[in-house]
Amino acid sequence: MRYREMDVAALSELLQNKQVTAKELAADALQAIAETDGTVGAYLTVAEEEAYRQAEAADKMLADGTAGPLTGIPFAMKDNICTKGVRTTCASKMLEHWLPVYDACVTEQLKKAGAVMLGKTNMDEFAMGSSSENSALQLTRNPAAPDYVPGGSSGGSAAAVAANECAFAIGSDTGGSIRQPASFCGVVGMKPTYGTVSRYGLVAYASSFDQIGPLTKTVADNAKVLEAISCHDRRDSTSLPEFDTNYSALIGKDLSGMRIGLPKEYFGEGINADVAALVRNAAKALEGAGAKIEECSLPAVSYALPAYYVLCCAEASSNLARFDGIRYGYRAEGVEDLDRLYRKTRTEGFGREVRRRILLGNYVLSAGYYDAYYKKAQQARTLLIRAFKELFSQNDMLLAPVAPTPAYKIGEKSSDPMEMALGDICTVPVNLGGLPAISVPCGTVAQDGANLPVGFQLIGPAFSEAKLYQAAAAYESGV
Amino acid sequence: MAKYECVIGLEVHIELRTKTKIFCDCPADHGGDPNTRCCPVCMGMPGTLPVLNKQVVDFAARAGMMLNCEIAHFSKMDRKNYFYPDLPKAYQISQLDHPLCEHGYIDVNVNGEEKRIGITRIHIEEDAGKLVHTDYGSGADCNRCGVPLIEIVSEPDIRTAAQARAYLERLRELIRWVGVSDCQMETGSMRCDVNLSIRPVGDTKLYTRTEIKNLNSLKHIVAAIDAEKARQIDETEAGRELVQETRRYDPEKDKTYSMRVKENANDYRYFPDPDLVPIILTDEDHARLRAMIPDLPEERLAKYINEYKLPEATAKTLCDEPKLANLYQAAADTVKQPKLLANLMLADADAGSIPAEVWAELTNLCADGKINRSAPAKLLEAYREKGGEIAVLVKELGLEQVQDTGLLNAVADEVIAANPKAVADYKAGKEAAIKALMGQVMKRTKGAANPQEATELLKEKLAKL
Repeated sequence: MRYREMDVAALSELLQNKQVTAKELAADALQAIAETDGTVGAYLTVAEEEAYRQAEAADKMLADGTAGPLTGIPFAMKDNICTKGVRTTCASKMLEHWLPVYDACVTEQLKKAGAVMLGKTNMDEFAMGSSSENSALQLTRNPAAPDYVPGGSSGGSAAAVAANECAFAIGSDTGGSIRQPASFCGVVGMKPTYGTVSRYGLVAYASSFDQIGPLTKTVADNAKVLEAISCHDRRDSTSLPEFDTNYSALIGKDLSGMRIGLPKEYFGEGINADVAALVRNAAKALEGAGAKIEECSLPAVSYALPAYYVLCCAEASSNLARFDGIRYGYRAEGVEDLDRLYRKTRTEGFGREVRRRILLGNYVLSAGYYDAYYKKAQQARTLLIRAFKELFSQNDMLLAPVAPTPAYKIGEKSSDPMEMALGDICTVPVNLGGLPAISVPCGTVAQDGANLPVGFQLIGPAFSEAKLYQAAAAYESGV
Repeated sequence: MAKYECVIGLEVHIELRTKTKIFCDCPADHGGDPNTRCCPVCMGMPGTLPVLNKQVVDFAARAGMMLNCEIAHFSKMDRKNYFYPDLPKAYQISQLDHPLCEHGYIDVNVNGEEKRIGITRIHIEEDAGKLVHTDYGSGADCNRCGVPLIEIVSEPDIRTAAQARAYLERLRELIRWVGVSDCQMETGSMRCDVNLSIRPVGDTKLYTRTEIKNLNSLKHIVAAIDAEKARQIDETEAGRELVQETRRYDPEKDKTYSMRVKENANDYRYFPDPDLVPIILTDEDHARLRAMIPDLPEERLAKYINEYKLPEATAKTLCDEPKLANLYQAAADTVKQPKLLANLMLADADAGSIPAEVWAELTNLCADGKINRSAPAKLLEAYREKGGEIAVLVKELGLEQVQDTGLLNAVADEVIAANPKAVADYKAGKEAAIKALMGQVMKRTKGAANPQEATELLKEKLAKL
């Protein structure tokens, strides 16, 4: 087995045993990128120099005996997370050449852990989208089937892991942007509890939803990466003050007594039959491992999609207002007066989907509409949170599909934003509730000669990551 | 001809004197080259997040308490969205529907008439930057971005320019007094917008109002009110309809001019800032802040004159400088001679840099005759230089006052023997001659003699000659 095919745990063992150096791993990963990324298109920026510098530091840590489980492990970073001196584009023309002057908290955490960043991955522009086709800079293909999308918005991160172009990747999940591409590409993706990973340095899309999380080859790897990036950060007011970060604690423990609910609304109309069957099979496997599976109901989930789009767009319209061409980023040319400079810069610098969401957000916040949209959506959010809470009084976690379908063909849905949005129906409720959820591969669907990966998700109450990893790992070990 | 009255409400912005800015650790004070007092957070760089400075909440609540407001137990920050090159995030973090303070008032006295002017609300917000226009083009200076402000909105209770002036003067006095801002209109740490409409006397309806912005002195505010009132009356009398708009005052021409019509003004699309958590002030917080609110300046003045027996001028000098008054107050209750304390403090150019306990100790040492009146200046100099215990400094500098009458006796005899001319003058009735003898005594004792005691002794000895 080549290094690039190994998971984090295996690589870490080799490093600890001095069977390989961080520098060698970085070289192999960079070689893998050189060989396959021309087809996959996962990376927007390959930071070779930076990678070797960090590998050198990692080798020092390994020699000093100060190494941890991620020291020397090559990884990829989603391009909406700030990396000092390495361009951070958000896959937008607006920030195509922007060099952050500071590191995100997550970037700092990973540097501290000695992980080696290979580069920055493609995404839907400003994380708005579900196929990575909204990137203004590049097309990313699904490594399992090159004519298909990798999902999104963290499509580059998921594809990089699936294509063995890194050992793990960091993504962000506002409405499913880690879990859905994980499902489409056949990797493990975790969206942690809101407030457990600092958002400081994550270019905001929708502040009350955004959460950073890991994409990995295995469940155990995922827990290890989350342990490294999760912490209290005083620079983020929504960062939680105190919580247990021992996410690996329950992996390998017996599932008996665990209650897992199957909310029937997630298996209804619009869900592809093959997907539903694979997800139900996963439930059966967990039952076989000792969990108690029971059908349940979450009617409030019908509010989720409209509430999500109203609130997200409202926050986005304000968060993205700073891209005005004055201080950094793209600036339109040939305009004299201020008003036109703003208008032309933002029209040219943002893609269609971003402009659409900004317009929608401004609309729902404008005088006379606030109560009908924004306020109502907040109320729907509260109702949904309450409904989840009630379900979690009877269930340890919920099991559901991640997306109604497997990956679709490039270009198939990109012309219809409504259809694209409906694809988020299974993922957004989790973000409205600030809950943790993990996407785990559970098989493939054969379509037009391609075998398309499918994942299921486990959704838990706040701070239940360790339990979610426990169940996910039990499923994984049985497959 | 109908007689008109003004209906005036004032919006006052005051910079809070916190050490750091409202959402980051940058210094909040004035000065510095452009863009040297800012960081990724206050410059609104992508990915950065605000963290509310707790001191800002404390300062704003104290201002509210001083102005008789109710202080919220629950408050929150909102985003006010608009584009301008001096606003890096393209939104200002402010407060919309849950301001920190509400329902206050200020009592003023104008020409013998008492008037209570209501305060609708006080909210906290961040300042914007500044545009700098040069020969080479325009630039944005972010040094002011994120400087904490409070906006104090009055009820439309003000009827005349004189009342507006009295309100602003009292407001400034009280905010300075409570110690959260220096309220200087010249430097912009206090700014005022005037909302004004007119109506026939006796009418209770509110008519179309205009807002006069960017007024930077009390004089201009008074003049702008008079000018705008006159303009509105002229327009009304001429049968022209007034429009709700923002105007600016030109002091050269003594006229107001339209800046923009408000109907087309921005829709600010306020919504709660999702990057910040609600501000919760518990009963304990309220009590802690309440304990920091001083009595009113006039109460303090009366106390100094009546209780501490300070001359009126001295009392006023102290009360003019809130920091000094608070320092004096902190020391006054522990000294035997509050008047001596006041004199010592006012004799020092930088009294504020010396802790209250030190002032109290110096005063008591003087009052007890343990050091003489020239000693405190020397002690303060030494204290500023190296700090430490005053009692130790007294010993180190040899400033203990000589109360040894044996030594003083000998010195007095020596001085009398060595200065026959002064002695003769004194005996001839020139009482002032004793000063020359006293000077010699002080010189020979290196200032350690108690002047009162030495004078008595000299007089006694001279009488016997």
